Amino acid sequence: MSQLPVLIPASLLLFALLAVVAGGRDGRWAHRISLVGAVVAHLVSLVGIATVAGGGTTLRYALAGWAPPVGIEFVLDPLAAYMTGVVTFIGVVVLVYAPRSLAVEMPGKERLAFPAMVLLLAGLTGMCVTGDIFNLYVFLEIAALAAYALLASGDRGAPVATFRYLIIGSLGGGFYLVGATLLYLTAGTLNMADLHARLPELVENRAVISAALFMTVGLGVKMALFPMHFWLPDVYTNAPSAAAGLVAPVMTKVSAYVLIRLYLDVFPPGFVTAQLPLASAVGWLSALGIVYGSVLAVAQQDYRRMLAYSSVGQMGYIGLGIGLANPVGLVGGLLHILNHALMKGCLFLIGGVVRHRCGITRIPDMRGLGRVMPWTMAAFVVAALAMIGIPPTAGFFSKWYLLLGTLEAGNWWWFAAIIASSLLSAVYFFRTVEMIFRHPEDGDWAATAEPGDPPASLLVPVLILGAAIVLAGVLNVVVVNALLAPAAASLGG
Amino acid sequence: MTRLLDLAPLLAVLASATAAVAIVFTGERRRNLRETWTVLASLAKFGFIAAMVPGVLAGERYQVVLAELAPGVSLALRADPAGLLFALSASFLWIVTSFFSIGYMRGAEEHKQTRFFAMMAVCLSATVGLALAANLLTFVLFYEILSVATYPLVIHKGSEKAYRIGRQYLVYAITAGIALVAATALVYHTAGTLDFQGGGFLPAGADRGTLLVIFLLFFVGFGVKGGVMPLHSWLPNAMIAPTPVSALLHAVAVVKAGVFGFVRLVGFVFGPDLTASIGGAGFLAGAAAVTIVLASFIAMTKDDLKARLAYSTVGHLSYVVLGVALLTPTAMLGGAFHIVTHGAMKIMLFFCAGALYVHMHYTKVSELDGVGRRMPLTMGAFAVGALGLVGIPGTGGFVSKFMIAQGAAESGQVLVLVLLVVSGLLNAGYLFPIAIRAFFRSSPEHTRYDEASWFMVGPIVVTAALAILLGTFPDALFGFFGIASQAVASVAAGGVP
Amino acid sequence: MTGDLSVARYPYVFIAVLVVIGVWGMVMKRNLLKKVVGMGIFQGAIYLLLVHGAYKAGGAIPIHAAKLGLEPDAYMNPLPHVMVLTAIVVGVAIMGVALSLLVVIHRRFGTLDEARILEMLREQG
Repeated sequence: MSQLPVLIPASLLLFALLAVVAGGRDGRWAHRISLVGAVVAHLVSLVGIATVAGGGTTLRYALAGWAPPVGIEFVLDPLAAYMTGVVTFIGVVVLVYAPRSLAVEMPGKERLAFPAMVLLLAGLTGMCVTGDIFNLYVFLEIAALAAYALLASGDRGAPVATFRYLIIGSLGGGFYLVGATLLYLTAGTLNMADLHARLPELVENRAVISAALFMTVGLGVKMALFPMHFWLPDVYTNAPSAAAGLVAPVMTKVSAYVLIRLYLDVFPPGFVTAQLPLASAVGWLSALGIVYGSVLAVAQQDYRRMLAYSSVGQMGYIGLGIGLANPVGLVGGLLHILNHALMKGCLFLIGGVVRHRCGITRIPDMRGLGRVMPWTMAAFVVAALAMIGIPPTAGFFSKWYLLLGTLEAGNWWWFAAIIASSLLSAVYFFRTVEMIFRHPEDGDWAATAEPGDPPASLLVPVLILGAAIVLAGVLNVVVVNALLAPAAASLGG
Repeated sequence: MTRLLDLAPLLAVLASATAAVAIVFTGERRRNLRETWTVLASLAKFGFIAAMVPGVLAGERYQVVLAELAPGVSLALRADPAGLLFALSASFLWIVTSFFSIGYMRGAEEHKQTRFFAMMAVCLSATVGLALAANLLTFVLFYEILSVATYPLVIHKGSEKAYRIGRQYLVYAITAGIALVAATALVYHTAGTLDFQGGGFLPAGADRGTLLVIFLLFFVGFGVKGGVMPLHSWLPNAMIAPTPVSALLHAVAVVKAGVFGFVRLVGFVFGPDLTASIGGAGFLAGAAAVTIVLASFIAMTKDDLKARLAYSTVGHLSYVVLGVALLTPTAMLGGAFHIVTHGAMKIMLFFCAGALYVHMHYTKVSELDGVGRRMPLTMGAFAVGALGLVGIPGTGGFVSKFMIAQGAAESGQVLVLVLLVVSGLLNAGYLFPIAIRAFFRSSPEHTRYDEASWFMVGPIVVTAALAILLGTFPDALFGFFGIASQAVASVAAGGVP
Repeated sequence: MTGDLSVARYPYVFIAVLVVIGVWGMVMKRNLLKKVVGMGIFQGAIYLLLVHGAYKAGGAIPIHAAKLGLEPDAYMNPLPHVMVLTAIVVGVAIMGVALSLLVVIHRRFGTLDEARILEMLREQG
């Protein structure tokens, strides 16, 4: 049982390696092994969730028998279990979806894409479970490298967009490393729990303060916090659908999770709120990002670009949770990690389905698709309603907690930002819904098409995510009580 | 101990939701089976709700708590008199609408009938859900579902104009929904609970500014659906939907959800005292009064029959709001009862309009000369509805309007009395000419009896009978009046309704 | 020693200058290859920061020697060196991916000038 935390990233790393080896001969084996790896990791995560749910128990594993704080420690607490659950779930779903989609969008390169996806999952889950700030950096870059490889294989502009992402991403990663180094040089330890114990006497130390700044900016870049989001739209727009469907839902969120982890479990209580206004700076930037992303999403004609700007806005919700720094607000931000992962995953996969079936990526071309692929578009409507925040879909509930959080903090501007963005997302999503349910006209793709949803391997993942959006909404209290409330409890109140 | 009837609120909601799924899977090819689902679901739904009436009248409360939606707030249904009144009215009228829809949709050879029947069923689930919601969050949940599920019905026609109107509808409905969510969050923050309570649960000592903001947000949230001016303009446009939608949703279910929201707001969230002390009552009454008069004037200018009925609906919805805003028990009773009486009468008028359209392709008032000779049952029923809406004794409209007037007199609101008289005359001004044209003018086209299909005439006759019955023996049928009285009493009694 | 940054400030100034040069290169240069060079300088600066943190005046290399015994102060801190080695590996991997992306970009667009590439992408729609 105590090996459980390390088992998640380790099994993924192992399967990634196996998939590369097996994929040398046959791409289908690369896919099968990758899928098995993701499923195994997800099952382990579920066992982990069942073990730590409710708070109280925390699984700790000392790597290679070196006891912390000297050795690297892997920790599975409710929050880490929640994150690994989200990441691996999206991983399984996308890996089911990937082969057919990649066969069209990056033919011939699939056999390396699958291991890259598993490697990405390994990096992300590693970031979630590690208890060591330097080890976290390594996992962060593993995930980043795998993501660069996946994202660069898209459209004509993809390598350029990915290169810019790589430059800005390694800047972000570098800033994080500078911060981690400064913390180590000041406190003499890399272990998170140990740092948490030692830092309270060092809160006035300028190295610690600059470490907090460096890490916040670095992770801010990685999580596409406004105004450090500019790399994101091009990357998501040009990426292969399956890659976007994996990267967009989870990658930025894991960086946001790391920031939350640092603020909660590394820096002393009150350090980023009372002493330094870092959390509220993140909150204000997020509020601006929410409005900015929503406004720009309204202006987009390309489906994926609209989703990308919407992501900038939606990341703001998670950032607001950080900025609110009260339990209910943080629960809202954390819950939005799951909700947004499901919604954005579903929407990007639907974009891939539409592209796969009809070669369409622009919203005006999607006229009449509701008749052609009714089940896919039904899932789209569910995801769109969730993005707007219509109950009982998941999107409503994270907003609900966040609204209560802003009221508790007495911050009417943030309250207004959430309301405004709900209205704006209604504009851009219903515009698409209307287009889909219009009658096709002559010359439209849909006017000549045979009715038909995509094959099961594309449709089932979309429908699973669509159903999960509703389930996550109705059952949100279960998730909150079991995993999120214990995590946010340390904020007091 | 769980009693069997405790499940009735849930079953009532699920009946039509299940039917919606069955309808989608049955599809166009087996349309008779598909319509069977609609009829069965409407009967079952009404059965579940009617089964609760005797118990509720005897003071029983049936409730079911499904799941926790957010910490401290559950997805809970509870049959209290106020909710039961609305649910009973909506579900009974769904039965007659089901038959009418079959006649109308087949007669007019409408497209996408499967989507139509499925969405109607979803709308009814949402309506009954919000009627029986035990707390504000459950209410909001069903309210939003109702908003979204109505959209495909509004754009049913599929024309460019329909999409434009659909867009306008969404702007109004989504704005209202978001205002409602914001208001609900504020209420929870202020009161720490969302459970409805007779006489309200918002603390009287709360910050006045916050209370005003909450009240205004609710006004937007409910006012849009309830067609209170200046938030009404989507409603006449939404008449582009098929007539059964106009009849059931835009005269009974959706719009009444808005005014029912005001009942919940004043009676069970703020409470009459707090509503009065923050000035909400005067504001509401003023908005309702302006709406009643202006809508009547606009109705007179409309030659399109459905547009005229739509403005009439706008005006009559505000009677309910006015009754609630007067805050006296008698006036509130009148307002609550008007939900039922207006529902029965207006749905019937829309049925008539639908029958005229399908059978004669008439949509304009000016085309109706002499049609009473050809379609005496339809136009006779129309005349009954017109008398009822004006408030002639012997019809349901008289009872509810008289109660509102009595309530106004009790609280010394002379202006309201004047308003009621004037608006009654205005109602006569835009409704009587239609009946007069139909019966007292002659046209060479209409010489012999030739009614629309019985699927349509049947529901018309039934609702006409209901309109008269509600006026002569208000308590006879399903105890509507008794339920309404208990609903008002539960406001005064306090506690969980 | 490890806790006090104010004693010997010059190395930090030097490292800060390197960081600024590197970031300036990554952000401001139009030529994509020069951005990669900037990234190299930036990464190098971070390695130096770590190596410098391990330094102790008079400390021996961290290999156990009998005459120095087990006294920790006698050795330099080995952990930052390990971190640097790891960071270099990570850095090399990033550098490799960056360069291979540049090869793809150059094949596709025939230039590494960012402005011209973006222009080409815009023209293409």
